[in-house]
Amino acid sequence: MKQANVQANIRCAEPAPGASPPALVAYVLGLADDALVLGHRLSEWSGRGPTLEEDIALSNLALDLIGQARFYYAYAGELEGEGRDEDALAYLRDEHAYRNLLLLEQPNGDFAATMVRHVLYAAFIAPYLEALSHSTDPRLAEIAAKAGKEMAYHLRHAAEWVIRLGDGSTESQSRTQVALETLWMYTGEMFEMDAAERGLAAAGIAVDRGSIKPAWDARLARVLGEATLSRPRDGWMQTGGRVSRHTEHLGRLLAEMQVLHRAHPGARW
Amino acid sequence: MSETPMPLWEVFIRNRSGMPHKHCGSVHAADATMALQAARDVYTRRGESVSIWVVPSRAITASDPGDKDQLFEPTASKPYRHPTFYTVPDDVGHM
Repeated sequence: MKQANVQANIRCAEPAPGASPPALVAYVLGLADDALVLGHRLSEWSGRGPTLEEDIALSNLALDLIGQARFYYAYAGELEGEGRDEDALAYLRDEHAYRNLLLLEQPNGDFAATMVRHVLYAAFIAPYLEALSHSTDPRLAEIAAKAGKEMAYHLRHAAEWVIRLGDGSTESQSRTQVALETLWMYTGEMFEMDAAERGLAAAGIAVDRGSIKPAWDARLARVLGEATLSRPRDGWMQTGGRVSRHTEHLGRLLAEMQVLHRAHPGARW
Repeated sequence: MSETPMPLWEVFIRNRSGMPHKHCGSVHAADATMALQAARDVYTRRGESVSIWVVPSRAITASDPGDKDQLFEPTASKPYRHPTFYTVPDDVGHM
C-alpha cells in the first residue's frame, strides 16, 4: 500500500500525454485541498457544538466545503489524466502531496478560534470565488459560481459570531483576541502566488490574489471594529503549504481522515 | 457570573412565493440576526424555503386549548356564514 502511494505521487510528476499542464492541476488541487482540510476540521465539531443549532450549522458548513472539494478533485483528476478519481486524490495522497493553506490545518481550538479562523479565510475566499466565477476556464467558473454563494453565507455566519464573541463577555473577548493573535501569521499565505499560478492568472484562468487584499482588509476592519477587537500587527508570515511544507497538525488530520479508506481499499457501500 | 439567557424564537417558512409562511419549529438564539441564521441552518437544509420569519416566542399569544369549546364549537354549526350558496360560472375557475 505504501509502495503504491509513493508510485502514485511519483507518477504525478510526469503528466500523461494530452493532459493539461501541471500548473493547472496543481492549482485546482490547491483549491481542493483547501476545501477538504477546512471541511474536515469543521466536521470535528459534529456532536460537540456549543448549542444544538450551532452544531447543525457547523456540520452544514463542513458539508458545503467537502462538496466543493469533490468538484475540484474530480476536475483535477480529469486534467491529470492518470485515472485518479476524487477518492484516490483525497485519501491516498500523503502530507507531502497536500497543497492546502497552513491556516486551514490549524486545530479547531475553542469555538472562538474556529470562528476567527473561519472569518479570516471566508473574508478572502468569498470575494476570490466571485472573481473566479469569471474564469476563462468554464469548469472552474462553474464551480466558483456555486461555491461563492456558499462562502458568502460562511462569511456572514462567522462574522456575526466574531462580532458577538468580541463584543461579548470579558472571557469571550479575551479568547477571541488570543485566537486572532495566534492565527494572524497564517493569513499572509492566502495572498501568495508562485510563478505557475501567476501564469494562470495572466491567462485569466486563476485570480490575482493580491487584488482581493483591499476587500479582505476592508471587511475585516468592519468586523473587528464592531467586535471591539484589535487588528494584530502584520509581522512575519508563515508559509509553505503550497509546496507541501506543513505544520505538525496535517499529519494527524490526514491519519484520521484517511484511515477508513486505507483500511478498506476499494470498499463500496 | 451572570448569564443572559438565550430566548426561544418561533420559525415560519414560506416554500413558494404567494403561499403563506408556515410554522415549522423553534430555535434558541441570542438575538434576531442569530435566530434568522439558526433558522436557515436548521430548517432550510433541503431547499424548503424562499423566506424565513423568526418571532420571539414571548410575542405570540396563543389561545388556551381549554377554551376550545367556547371559542370554536358555536361556529361549527353556522352554515349561513359560508359562501356556499353562489353558483360559480365555469369561466371563473377554481375559487
